[in-house]
Amino acid sequence: MRINPRIIDKAVKVGLTSQAFFTVGILVAIIAVIFFKGFPNINMEFIFSFPEDMGRHGGIFPSIVGTILIALLSILLATPLGVGTAIYLTEYTKESRLTKIIRFGVESLAGIPSILYGLFGFIFFVIKLKMGWSLLAGVLTLTIMILPTIIRTSEEAIKAVPRNLRIVSYSLSATKWETVAKVVLPSAFPGILTGIMLSVGRAVGETAATIFTMGSSLRLPTSLMDSGRTLAVHFYILAREGISMEKAYATALVLVLSILSINIIAYYIMNKVISKYS
Amino acid sequence: MDIKIQVENLKIFFDKNEVLKGVSIDVYRNRITGFMGPAGSGKSTLISAFNRMIDFEEDVKIEGKIYIDGVDIINGDIDGVSLRRQIGTVFAVPIPLPRSVFDNIAYGPRLKGITDKTELNELVRDSLKKAFLWDEMKDRLSMSALKLSGGQQQRLCLARSLALKPEIILLDEPCSGLDPISTAKIEDALNELKKEFTIILVSNNTKQIARISDYSAFFYMGELIEYGPTERVFTFPSQKQTEDYISGKFG
Repeated sequence: MRINPRIIDKAVKVGLTSQAFFTVGILVAIIAVIFFKGFPNINMEFIFSFPEDMGRHGGIFPSIVGTILIALLSILLATPLGVGTAIYLTEYTKESRLTKIIRFGVESLAGIPSILYGLFGFIFFVIKLKMGWSLLAGVLTLTIMILPTIIRTSEEAIKAVPRNLRIVSYSLSATKWETVAKVVLPSAFPGILTGIMLSVGRAVGETAATIFTMGSSLRLPTSLMDSGRTLAVHFYILAREGISMEKAYATALVLVLSILSINIIAYYIMNKVISKYS
Repeated sequence: MDIKIQVENLKIFFDKNEVLKGVSIDVYRNRITGFMGPAGSGKSTLISAFNRMIDFEEDVKIEGKIYIDGVDIINGDIDGVSLRRQIGTVFAVPIPLPRSVFDNIAYGPRLKGITDKTELNELVRDSLKKAFLWDEMKDRLSMSALKLSGGQQQRLCLARSLALKPEIILLDEPCSGLDPISTAKIEDALNELKKEFTIILVSNNTKQIARISDYSAFFYMGELIEYGPTERVFTFPSQKQTEDYISGKFG
């Protein structure tokens, strides 16, 4: 017996819609749990004061500073390096065995679990280069960890810029670099920014790689050589050692809200650029 | 008459494929010269040698000479960037850059280092006027160029190449995707522009070549078959192939 195609069509639609709602539902559920458990414990004092008694009391100010510093600095290091590599691979060199090897390396690095980056950072930066547990070691480790993502997304975004636009730019007497800077990068910007935002998310949420390299000191990091504790690490330790679940959820909520606001700011910037270059 | 571009026995190879087989032609100053011929005749390849856009293709070999104002641009000491400041190019498909009308036209001048607002305003206005686009665009300079119609986009591309203040304008089948009204506007603009520029128009449309060009060249399979004043080429073609082509027997 042949089933009516219109019935199949309806069934598929119902099926796909429920899948989409299921996915969004999980996301909403997670955020709701964190919100309801964390919100009662959040106040100005929690955000701007220092932790006491291993974090059982007091606030999370040093962890907020530590998180901002490590994420900001590693993004500032990885973005020019990663976008530069992507520009080189797409614009300044022809497809060859070398570019294939570089690309293969990048892809492989992107798939490595973060704890291995942490281990490498610990052995190389912390021990071998005698940096100790420090913001610097953490920043360098995270930079290496997020580089592959930035390179890959930037490369895809740059490749998607139509060749015609480059040709027109050259015909109007632009040099290669002028073409890259004025035509290719602005057109590729939304894609590049998406890669950067994914990386910010990874850097902010990372625990394994940071705990090995930046340590877990509860003091406020004031120099590159200071140890520190990111929000994610703080949350992990609070929850795992059973120090305080209330404080753990409050920390998690701050983490989620900050990632959310970073994304909102990024989309605002992206829209500004898109409306200028369209 | 004054020769602007002089081509001597030009051969161009893509890989091992000889696309131009020893072409010699003189292009005259302040005239519209029409290059016609069926696909694969080498006409577009020839103009891509004039502005050295051919350098962006792979595995190209060029033999022979091209002189622009007496300067050898093939073997001489001239780079593509400064050459393309003298030669404006309009492509078959209008390709606006993703930005405003104003920024499109100011693109070339800004590359030359012009940042003065008044000077840029003037350049944009003059270029749009010369491309017969000013009246439609004067209130919409900050609009995205991507939102214009095809015909407007192509005149924008013409205006954009004029803003570089070139001496030569190359148009590679500029009306192939346009409706008759838009085509007429481009042709009107070109008729005015030839007072100031040397224009080369590549076209598959023999009627268009007959309408607006002063000199016509017919290319076939990489060779220049016939070249002369348009009236003469179209009324008394000296070659059988030319006659067949313009009368529509092949092409």
